[in-house]
Amino acid sequence: MSTDDRDADPTFGDYGGQYVPEALMPALQELEDAYERYVLENEDGFMDEFRERLREFGGRPTPLQRADRLSERYDREIYLKREDLLHGGAHKLNNALGQVLLAKYMGKERIVAETGAGQHGTATAMAAAHLEMPCEIYMGRTDVNRQRPNVYRMRMNGAEVNPVDAGSATLKEAINETMRDWATTVENTHYVIGSIVGPHPFPKLVRDFQAVIGQETREQIQEQAGRLPDSVIACAGGGSNTMGTFHAFVDDEESAELRSTDDSSGQSPREHVGLYAVEAGGSSLEIDEENALAPNSATLSTGTDGVLHGAMTKLLQSGDGQIMESHSVSAGLDYAGVGPELSHLVETGRVTPVSVGDEAALNGFHRLSRLEGIIPALETSHAFGYLEESHGDLGDLIVVNVSGRGDKDLETVLEETEKRDLEAAPDVEVFDGE
Amino acid sequence: MNSEDRRPAGGDPRNHRTGSDGQERAVRADGGTDSDIEATIRENDPALITYVTAGDPSLEDTKAYVEALDRGGADLIELGLPFSEPIAEGPTIQAAINRALEAGTTPDGFFDLVDDLETEAPLLVMTYYNMVLQYGPEADVRPFVERAAEVGLSGIIVPDLPAEEADPLRAACDEHGLDLVFIVAPTTEGERLETIMSQVSGFAYVQARLGTTGARGDVSTATHESLQRLADYDVPKAVGFGVSEGDHATEIVEAGADGVIVGSALIDIIADSDDTAEGVDRLEAKATELKAGAVRGTGDGRPDPDAPEPEHP
Ligand SMILES: Cc1ncc(COP(=O)(O)O)c(C=O)c1O
Repeated sequence: MSTDDRDADPTFGDYGGQYVPEALMPALQELEDAYERYVLENEDGFMDEFRERLREFGGRPTPLQRADRLSERYDREIYLKREDLLHGGAHKLNNALGQVLLAKYMGKERIVAETGAGQHGTATAMAAAHLEMPCEIYMGRTDVNRQRPNVYRMRMNGAEVNPVDAGSATLKEAINETMRDWATTVENTHYVIGSIVGPHPFPKLVRDFQAVIGQETREQIQEQAGRLPDSVIACAGGGSNTMGTFHAFVDDEESAELRSTDDSSGQSPREHVGLYAVEAGGSSLEIDEENALAPNSATLSTGTDGVLHGAMTKLLQSGDGQIMESHSVSAGLDYAGVGPELSHLVETGRVTPVSVGDEAALNGFHRLSRLEGIIPALETSHAFGYLEESHGDLGDLIVVNVSGRGDKDLETVLEETEKRDLEAAPDVEVFDGE
Repeated sequence: MNSEDRRPAGGDPRNHRTGSDGQERAVRADGGTDSDIEATIRENDPALITYVTAGDPSLEDTKAYVEALDRGGADLIELGLPFSEPIAEGPTIQAAINRALEAGTTPDGFFDLVDDLETEAPLLVMTYYNMVLQYGPEADVRPFVERAAEVGLSGIIVPDLPAEEADPLRAACDEHGLDLVFIVAPTTEGERLETIMSQVSGFAYVQARLGTTGARGDVSTATHESLQRLADYDVPKAVGFGVSEGDHATEIVEAGADGVIVGSALIDIIADSDDTAEGVDRLEAKATELKAGAVRGTGDGRPDPDAPEPEHP
């Protein structure tokens, strides 16, 4: 079945909603109104300006590239959607540019945002500089330390970066702190949330800004390969990269009804496009209930229903309802929640959640770098880890979304590679000058 | 200190199981009434409402602290059930919640504490929606409300649950005779205000200023504006977020509030005290100061609801 996107509806099946402090409710209503007018109805030419800026400032459309070495290695057609070539180096700019522009149309005077891997923060800082908006970004201390290049980039673009020390000092804590800022400044400030998470209308708004990834992919693959792919693979943290890539394919499902109709009906069955959301399996899928620790961020695969950051969704939580500290080698996937739409699509069986651990992701990182000359973000590397493990089950024509480039992750990769014996890795000791 | 001493002149003796404001209220299965909270505030107007985080630094200490506040003059006591992501709280209460979680505070431990407490002041639980949903085998609010009623809690406040999403909890609270208190923010106006005020029971929690909880040095002008917007609604109004001193309480009551809510300033005392005994003494004294401050506010300047309409020539 299709995703429920009646736009006024704040929920996706059992998921979604608006669970926020009362002070923020009027701002959400104002945003809903702006979403309907500007995004859905293109009032004042908002969407035209957005698309134009994505093209000229952002560098869209991004290529869909046939990956020759991977195709050879797996003996099937592998295509890469190159969101790493978008300005800033990740898909995050689609949403950041859309929201900062929307904030301008709404007459807001200031932007706040949270960031995990730093790519959303970077994209927001760039969009804010481009559109002349003051911008403040919250980032967990752990992430500040493991994503230094992005901290520098944000500051270069004039954004203020506020480290957050609470909890495991990662994305979850950064979101908490941004919500607190927003609750204080809501009258003139817009919160540019970085994924398809948070209260309605954020999950729909962010998805619509990211949907360009799948729309382009759909056209490009039909042009280049002559048909729709058998499988589309994308990594999932909060889920903006997955929903952006999947949205244009959600309805491409061979329905039982069509399958049972015989050919005389004249209707040909739809092609079925498998949708795979690759989560961070971390070091293990086992959960330490007692200490409320998840050594992974595989929310869709192992989470349970609850409310976090404004929405009913799947969460990594203890039986009592305390949110767990999650883990992933990649900062951008290290989150105990996930977007409500993705939870719904998993619940209805349309999207298949899978997970890949830190080590397989690191191998994916090295493999893609060596074979294709593309250094992927550690987030993206999870998708390549999954491709390596499961290509045999994914059909003959596979698209992988390269959500971002990996320059930001080099230090982490060297450090983590040194600790392990990875088959796909180069000899990292030479990096120390030996 | 004799409990008689801390009542405002003319106040009725408290008995939170029986309303004595003459209003008709449904009688619960346990013989209580539909809104002991509303009755308590009306009887003790201006009421002092205090908040502490349960389990900070231990449930045992919380018991001693709550009893101290009760002795000191708190008319209603909010007990925080700690949640790991307290987005409505400022640094003070966040830190208290972290201490409570580190001490291993669980919902069952919390309910046992409430069961054990004997206070004159009715008790409310303040927590986040996920905690309410997860008490029980499925994501469902009813087991939490059932247990809350069983241990004698009188009401629930859930800062991340706006009126729009509150139907399931409202229904469960109605079924078990618990009040569901909603927050009215400085940004709440027009239709939203009406929606919330039609849902409120017990009292309207008037958020004194935008932002998060935390003791401040002054009373925000937003307080006065919010109270003015609410003036025509016949529900007790209590003001919180940033109140820390007796003088603030005076000002808030003068502005027309029926109650004053204090949290972070009490948590600061708990965090600063060398031991529980010191904390107990200081909390009791602080409650007395705040209550006296509130009562001072009923002097000059406060609108008297029973006063005849002024005659215009
Ligand atoms: C390159 C990249 N890919 C993926 C993600 C995961 O986020 P989401 O699931 O919202 O796309 C991030 C988050 O920072 C990222 O930087």
